[in-house]
Amino acid sequence: MSTMVATNKKGLGATLWDYLTTVDHKKIAIMYLIAGGFFFIIGGLEALAIRWQLVQPMNDFVSSGFYNELITMHGTTMIFLAAMPLIFAFMNAVVPLQIGARDVAFPFLNSLGFWLFLFGGIMLNVGWFTGGAADAGWTAYAPLSTTSIGEGVDYYVLGLQISGAGTLIGGINFLVTIVNMRAPGMTYMRMPLFTWTAFVASALILFAFPALTVGLFLMMFDRLFGAGFFDPAMGGNSVIWQHLFWIFGHPEVYILALPGFGIFSEIISTFSKKRLFGYTAMVFATVLIGFLGFMVWAHHMFTVGMGPAANSIFAVATMAIAVPTGIKIFNWLFTLWGGSIQINTPMLWALGFIPTFTLGGMTGVMVAAASADFQYHDTYFVVAHFHYVIVGGVVFALFAGTHYWWPKMFGTVLDDKLGKLTFWLFFIGFHLTFFIQHFLGLMGMPRRYWVYMENQGLDLGNMISTIGAFLMGLGTIVLLINIIKTSVKNEKVSGDPWDARTLEWAIPSPPPFYNFKQLPLVRGLDPLWVEKTEGRKGMTPAEPLTDIHMPNNSFLPFVMSLGLFIAGFGFIYQKHDLSWLIVLFIGMGITLGCMLVRSVKDDLGYHVHKEDLKKEAEE
Amino acid sequence: MSEQDILNPKHMPHDPEKATLEGKNKFMGFWFFLGGETVLFASLFGTYLALNDSTNGGSSSEELFGLELVFIMTMLLLTSSLTSVYAMYHMKNHAFKKMQIWLGITVALGLGFLGCEIYEFYHYIHGEHFTMRSSAFGSAFYTLVGFHGGHVVFGLLWIIALMIRNARRGLNLYNAPKFYLASLYWHFIDVVWVFIFTVVYLMGVL
Ligand code: HEM
Ligand SMILES: [Cu+2]
Repeated sequence: MSTMVATNKKGLGATLWDYLTTVDHKKIAIMYLIAGGFFFIIGGLEALAIRWQLVQPMNDFVSSGFYNELITMHGTTMIFLAAMPLIFAFMNAVVPLQIGARDVAFPFLNSLGFWLFLFGGIMLNVGWFTGGAADAGWTAYAPLSTTSIGEGVDYYVLGLQISGAGTLIGGINFLVTIVNMRAPGMTYMRMPLFTWTAFVASALILFAFPALTVGLFLMMFDRLFGAGFFDPAMGGNSVIWQHLFWIFGHPEVYILALPGFGIFSEIISTFSKKRLFGYTAMVFATVLIGFLGFMVWAHHMFTVGMGPAANSIFAVATMAIAVPTGIKIFNWLFTLWGGSIQINTPMLWALGFIPTFTLGGMTGVMVAAASADFQYHDTYFVVAHFHYVIVGGVVFALFAGTHYWWPKMFGTVLDDKLGKLTFWLFFIGFHLTFFIQHFLGLMGMPRRYWVYMENQGLDLGNMISTIGAFLMGLGTIVLLINIIKTSVKNEKVSGDPWDARTLEWAIPSPPPFYNFKQLPLVRGLDPLWVEKTEGRKGMTPAEPLTDIHMPNNSFLPFVMSLGLFIAGFGFIYQKHDLSWLIVLFIGMGITLGCMLVRSVKDDLGYHVHKEDLKKEAEE
Repeated sequence: MSEQDILNPKHMPHDPEKATLEGKNKFMGFWFFLGGETVLFASLFGTYLALNDSTNGGSSSEELFGLELVFIMTMLLLTSSLTSVYAMYHMKNHAFKKMQIWLGITVALGLGFLGCEIYEFYHYIHGEHFTMRSSAFGSAFYTLVGFHGGHVVFGLLWIIALMIRNARRGLNLYNAPKFYLASLYWHFIDVVWVFIFTVVYLMGVL
């Protein structure tokens, strides 16, 4: 079974089949990158449409109903279908390498997680073609969502349910991978910060996503099966949705932000040529943020009427998060301090991130003051706040990570000049778009309104904001050009183009499918750097050359996810016509059938023989 | 470890479910999964507690619930948890036949529980006209208890599938983790039921 060199010369069909069935974390990472990038572009186009509608007072570029669909799908797409999968792309590409593992703990589930996400994402967008996408905001508050006509919100519910299952599976997979699969010597307190943040983010996924799962089920039952959870006429209570959504929703923002912090920690340390300042404090702050992230959800509900006691508690808890976040900011600054700093594209993003995110944190503390939030809530001030943290902390990190790990994933370095151009266009565009929105909000412009009136002091600000948005679009186009240019040129690089510190740079770029021929012996924080300072070229192996166990490819994850996708249509359309239940049963039958096959069919993987490994080394 | 060592081990270790890396991974992953399931049921319980008085003028929990049937159901499920412990005990002693027998008893008790639950729901729906659409209380009741019932169904199918699949070839290092996880899942379902019994039924009639 050990077909080693065959990967190079394959037809299109064989390559496609390879990716449809792969369980290799590196290939799954590439699929996450492509799919997440695709949805990022879709979400970006929606954002541009929103900004174009708001470019002048009383504009009529889109109708009010379509505007609602645009803002809903923009938020939902960006959070669930762009940011999450792109984070997963880097977790897949990097975490197993950073801990010295040959794959994740559950390669099959890894592939299942990806396909569930992809089919869920497609499901969410099907609404566009069947009479209107979801239009109740990405937060889908009841009763707006439960009474929204058409199937848009149904697609939102089913789509998120399917992709959410994929995310949960991914989270569990990374938890076990990091606990069980570390190379000899890779103790917890030697793990690179990106791995640490991936670990904590996975724990947050595990404990936050089920709340969303339940919320979505309740909404599905309300909308499709006549239940009355959120319907006061049946004794229901619409605030339950808000609680469930935000019990998930606030941890979610840290699920995104923490790995972003991790990416920047790697980059700042690598290009300052220093170990991360205050590593222990960084780990501690990461865990603390993860923990506190569960205590603050109701700061999104200050104006719901929970009463002064609850509001105060949640306000104080929220402000407390600023402390570990501040610790991190200072540690990054101290890492830079006295380092021999090299400014290239990834580093530029990191340097841009620090002030941007700090601003977002400061407005965060402002909106956390419950009494003041009665003014800020549902205005553009909040829109500015969360874009400063999410774009500044997450999207910047994704751009940085793309430039930083591109060589590891594809074996080529993205052009630095174009990279810097992307940064400046995006960075300036970002601040033009969102800085002014603080003031628009303070002047009373509500969020989610499709028009505003002339001469209320909002005209100029909105115009500037729209210009900024198009600059960000331009920056993204430059990145795409960069990717095409780099791929066409196809200049291969060494395994360690940045003279970096962590294990992923100790192996070739892109790595062989088994990652490490011999598992490395880790002898300190920044293991590769430790070896370099002692004059060695690479890692010392921790084991003799032996056979390597590898998992088999499988087509089941794809079919399983397809089954749920099909069932989703049955769930939705049975509300009009019960014969659609057949579709539901067929879809569920496919999925459950695949699960049964998976359970009863032995799948023990195969071995790469050490003779083949030796032969390969000689070639 | 080679394929042969896993499928036909010459020597069975005391913890066959954790003897391979795959087994260890599954063991830990499943505990994490149960952590997520805990949040799932906690959310459902929270919803139920918020809505259990919202009867919208329809049947209330005092009118509906009786403790006799629920007591039988509780006994069936608690006993089935015990029998699955016996099964795992025999697994660790590599007594495959005995393990299968105790698993069989577990399944039988689980089916008994399921039968009672179906009877109960049937009674509420046709006898009392109390459905998911009657009130927010109805929605919350059927969702919470139904989710648990769904877990029971899945657990039964899982255990049965494992029993049939491995009936002829016996225990090895590949299927031991599978049996072990299924029994963990069964315990979890049992624990959830204890909470349902307390929160839904006991507190509902008192
Ligand atoms: C110092 C840390 C932070 C504090 C104190 C804070 C506080 C708050 C508060 C109180 C709100 C509610 C405002 C309102 O609706 O009136 C809010 C909204 C929001 N925050 Fe933060 N936040 C912080 C960091 C973050 C981070 C790191 C992210 C994401 C990476 C984030 C994402 C969001 C989002 C998405 C919303 C708006 C959700 C919506 O209504 O659509 N925040 N924040
Ligand atoms: Cu929040």
